[in-house]
Amino acid sequence: MKRKEKNGAANRLYRIFIYVVLCTLAVCILVPVAWVFLASIKQNSEFYGNPWAMPLGFYWQNFVKAWNSANMGEYMLNSVMVTVLGLLILLVVALPAAYVLSRFKFRSRRFFNTCFMAGLFINVNYIVVPIFLMLRDGDAALKSAFGSDFLLNNLFVLALVYAATALPFTIYLLSGYFSTLPHDFEEAAYIDGAGYGKTMLRIIFPMAQPSIITIILFNFLSFWNEYIISMTLMSSATGQKTLPVGLLNLMQAQQAKAEYGMLYAGLVLVMLPTLILYICVQKKLTQGMTVGGLKG
Amino acid sequence: MKNHKGYGRFVILCLTPAVVLFFIFMILPTLNVFRMSLFQRGAYSPTETFVGLDNFKALFQDASFIRSMQNTILLIVVVTLITFALALLFAGILTREKLRGQNFFRVVFYIPNILSVVVIAGIFSAIYKPENGLFNSILSLFAGHTVQVLWKDAPMVMTSLIIAMIWQAIGYYMVMYMASMSSVPQSLYESANLDGAGRIAQFFKITLPLIWTNIRTTLTFFIISTINMAFLFVKAMTSGGPNGASEVALSYMYGQKDAGLYGYSMAIGVMIFLFSFLLSAAVNKVTKREPLEF
Repeated sequence: MKRKEKNGAANRLYRIFIYVVLCTLAVCILVPVAWVFLASIKQNSEFYGNPWAMPLGFYWQNFVKAWNSANMGEYMLNSVMVTVLGLLILLVVALPAAYVLSRFKFRSRRFFNTCFMAGLFINVNYIVVPIFLMLRDGDAALKSAFGSDFLLNNLFVLALVYAATALPFTIYLLSGYFSTLPHDFEEAAYIDGAGYGKTMLRIIFPMAQPSIITIILFNFLSFWNEYIISMTLMSSATGQKTLPVGLLNLMQAQQAKAEYGMLYAGLVLVMLPTLILYICVQKKLTQGMTVGGLKG
Repeated sequence: MKNHKGYGRFVILCLTPAVVLFFIFMILPTLNVFRMSLFQRGAYSPTETFVGLDNFKALFQDASFIRSMQNTILLIVVVTLITFALALLFAGILTREKLRGQNFFRVVFYIPNILSVVVIAGIFSAIYKPENGLFNSILSLFAGHTVQVLWKDAPMVMTSLIIAMIWQAIGYYMVMYMASMSSVPQSLYESANLDGAGRIAQFFKITLPLIWTNIRTTLTFFIISTINMAFLFVKAMTSGGPNGASEVALSYMYGQKDAGLYGYSMAIGVMIFLFSFLLSAAVNKVTKREPLEF
């Protein structure tokens, strides 16, 4: 009896200890993020005092300044365009390819499957320099032939590169799903007289909706947050930029002149869309991770 | 069905766009990395001269490159060890104990993973600010006087990077291990309880061996992705500074590209590729265990 009591006390102590540790970790994550949100509505003079002080009021001017004079509005529009375009291209290209690769029998199928699998191991950061050089050489050739170039500093090309680099992972994920579907669906459709294309569009794709949503989620996050490719391919000083690159430039400019409020407003503008999306779909994202677990 | 009219045409139609995109933007550049490492290329003209292994020879005499590799290895070892130890520990606690607010913790721990590295760099520059950053103000509170640790100066800069990288990665791996740990059958723990095994023994004797395959795969991927994330963090937080003290291999490669030394930059790329390939092969070999099933 006595032993049991002692056990109970130790148990309770252990549970309290666990809660303390977990809460500490949660605080470590939440506080910096929340701090940025609070800092984004502080006036510039408030940044020289105690960093833990609450903002004196809502100073929305920071957001107006970030949106207009730091061009964040324009960058936001660019980011939205690149992300949406990239996702569209990716879906249009990857869905049929994954379908064919997982459900049709043809001679070179194994070869292509292996190629795309190998693509999972190609790291975008290694190949960004050759991609840049390829596009620059292409631009030079275009300029001498037609007098104008459009490969670098082009949002559409950037979206194309994003889509291409996301292909292996996307095809891998979709093929895995498609190959679990029974073949009866197609047989029935063919008997009813539907062609291959119609069967694919009307029968198979609607069934793949859950994995399509997973793909959109993961790639939205990676396209929206990406900055190395964007920085390299959109390097012109006067050209269009995506939001993370714009923010990075703003951060580096901060070292000279201190406009902290505007900087934190910019940070909020970049992370707000991802946070809102996350809060809406967090269940799906943390569950979908087991399938996408390979993506570091 | 196979002889159906248009079968082959349909396959080609569906496959061609993906193959073309994949070839132009992934296969071709990858081959180019290896090819260009043997050439010297003018900064502005596309003329290339074959120099054989000269780029690589220069590499081994380049003190900055060696330092950047040292930094990369330091980050890989420290970040991997701490992240994995903490992620496994927390995942073990969260799945084994019936705690209130489990879902809340899961949601919160995953947040850093959805933020852009640029945003994380911004957050941490507020934390590390020397005059009135969050860290220094907490330290001052404990010390009783104003502490001014220069987090981004040479002695501390790698520590600062390590803290930021662990902050970013830990939640993702925790959520992942929670998923695999929850598939370990409860009955195993119950019988272990009857045998008098404590929590710690259960964790090391049951949980870890049973999810070992998962740990192994993620470990390999984590090492490769750390090489990558180190680049993203360094580029956004320190740009390699002060004076190259925080330069990592990929950021050094990128810096050489900015300097117009394309061949040299690609030779660095090849070295990092070989390094990461050998390292993951070694990790795979070292962590090999007889797979257990439940």
